[in-house]
Amino acid sequence: MPSESIVVTKIHPATSVRRQRLTFARPRLRALISFVALLALWQAGSTSAAWSGHGWPIISLVPAPSVVLTAWAALLTNPGYWQSWGLSFTRVALGFFAAVLVGVPFGLLLIINRTWRSIAFPVFELLRPIPPLAWVPASIIFWPTQELSIDFVIFLGAFYTIVLNTLGGGDEIDQRLIQAARSMGGSRWNIFRRLILPSVLPSIGTGMQVGIGITWEVVVAAEMISGGGSGGDSASGGGLGFFLWSSYIGGSYPDIIVGMISIGIAGYLSSAAMRFLVARATPWARGH
Amino acid sequence: MIEAKSVSKSYGAGRFAKPVIAECSFVAPRHKCTVIVGPSGAGKSTMIRLIAGFEKPSRGEILTDGKAVTGPGRDRLVMFQESALFPWMTTEQNIVYGPLARHERKADTVSRAKFLLEKTGLMAAKRRYPAQLSGGMQRRAELARALINDPEIMILDEPFRGLDAMTKKLMLEYYVKLSEETPRTNLFVTTDIDEAILLADRLIVMSAAPMRVRAVIDVDLPRPRELQTLLRDDAANALKLEALSLLHEEAMKAFAGGSRAAGDFIEAYRKRLAAV
Repeated sequence: MPSESIVVTKIHPATSVRRQRLTFARPRLRALISFVALLALWQAGSTSAAWSGHGWPIISLVPAPSVVLTAWAALLTNPGYWQSWGLSFTRVALGFFAAVLVGVPFGLLLIINRTWRSIAFPVFELLRPIPPLAWVPASIIFWPTQELSIDFVIFLGAFYTIVLNTLGGGDEIDQRLIQAARSMGGSRWNIFRRLILPSVLPSIGTGMQVGIGITWEVVVAAEMISGGGSGGDSASGGGLGFFLWSSYIGGSYPDIIVGMISIGIAGYLSSAAMRFLVARATPWARGH
Repeated sequence: MIEAKSVSKSYGAGRFAKPVIAECSFVAPRHKCTVIVGPSGAGKSTMIRLIAGFEKPSRGEILTDGKAVTGPGRDRLVMFQESALFPWMTTEQNIVYGPLARHERKADTVSRAKFLLEKTGLMAAKRRYPAQLSGGMQRRAELARALINDPEIMILDEPFRGLDAMTKKLMLEYYVKLSEETPRTNLFVTTDIDEAILLADRLIVMSAAPMRVRAVIDVDLPRPRELQTLLRDDAANALKLEALSLLHEEAMKAFAGGSRAAGDFIEAYRKRLAAV
């Protein structure tokens, strides 16, 4: 008979599955609860005159969620509503794409070429404080069509941000990596393509993510200002910003809220798309 | 072979010139391992950058195998304390960078890379990015990236400093084995005397800033050397003591950094030693 006995101890998992599920679900549950509570508060506030006798300040003037949802449901079958989406997205895409096509090479050249930097950067910095929207009147005068003038203003919005972020990425380039590459015999072009470009890519990505948000702001504002079709150009005008403004002018207040939420969703989708693209382009940044 | 001839290096101009290296001369013999030890901030890393060709000396010159150093080159590759792997390239892509950048034959390069990946035990990690590798693996990857170019001179500037104690020991023994296999001129910089004695054929003790050569000690201990055996070896310990006392003196000067209070501390320390 062996004198020692083997003791078997029951091993408890560190965290039970049930507890793990709760840890996952609890913050989301709380978020859901707070969202529902907000909606409930909004509904109560908007209809306060009806059920409490006297309207709450400010909130009683805001259309109730129920009214907004009804108005939105009606719009979902309205082709004009989706046309607005299309028009705004097209403008955002054109202006943003142009800003990336021009801005990224502009910024890269500023990084690698000292002469360009001393010539172009001061002018850039001089013009940058002028907000893109302040360019609207000048843009309308100088560009042949109203649509182009809007696109130019949109372009400016993202352009400054993309250039600055690209330049910032250039400041962060690790010189030791360049030195190692030079020791091993890398040519200037090779170093630019395989070292500088990837090094700056995350910063360009940041510039694009911030830039797309700015683009939406400018689109909405530009559409509100000039989207009234004053030029008689049937192709211009429209868009979600114009929809927002004309809802206000036309007095359909629930549509204003619908417009705001629509723009919010559109902006969110664009940012998400940008984040996805950037993550795909920089697989090394995911770490372990 | 590396020859430093009266090398001086200062930063800043005129009145504000700060001398980092002053009239430093030494020879690192061909196909031998020369280890430079010195207090922190002495200018060792600056000397490395001069030898590598990233900067030029203010005075004097540096020759490698008889030719003057005018800029960086594949005959002198450096491995610094902090990882210089390209973060956006996988391990394998990092390793093949040098030969491909020089437009060497792709097939040869890939097979050499494969050999090195196996040798450094990184085959399984060849598609990972540097951020996904442990410290020791990153160092091995960087070694492979350098060695694939078969440089005449390998320079390592405190390469294992950031690693934990165990990995450090393992990396040292690993590097010793590697260097024994291929004849190469090795220049190693460290502040750790144990490391130095393990590696060196020649030990150069540098002074505190401005840096000059304090002592040159040729290390005749038999190879292969092992940390455990060296601990018990009398000759090794005598060498270690000699180098350590020199290093300590210079480290005290560096510690004082020219301040009067610290100078007094050194005086008091010396008096106390003398009294013992």
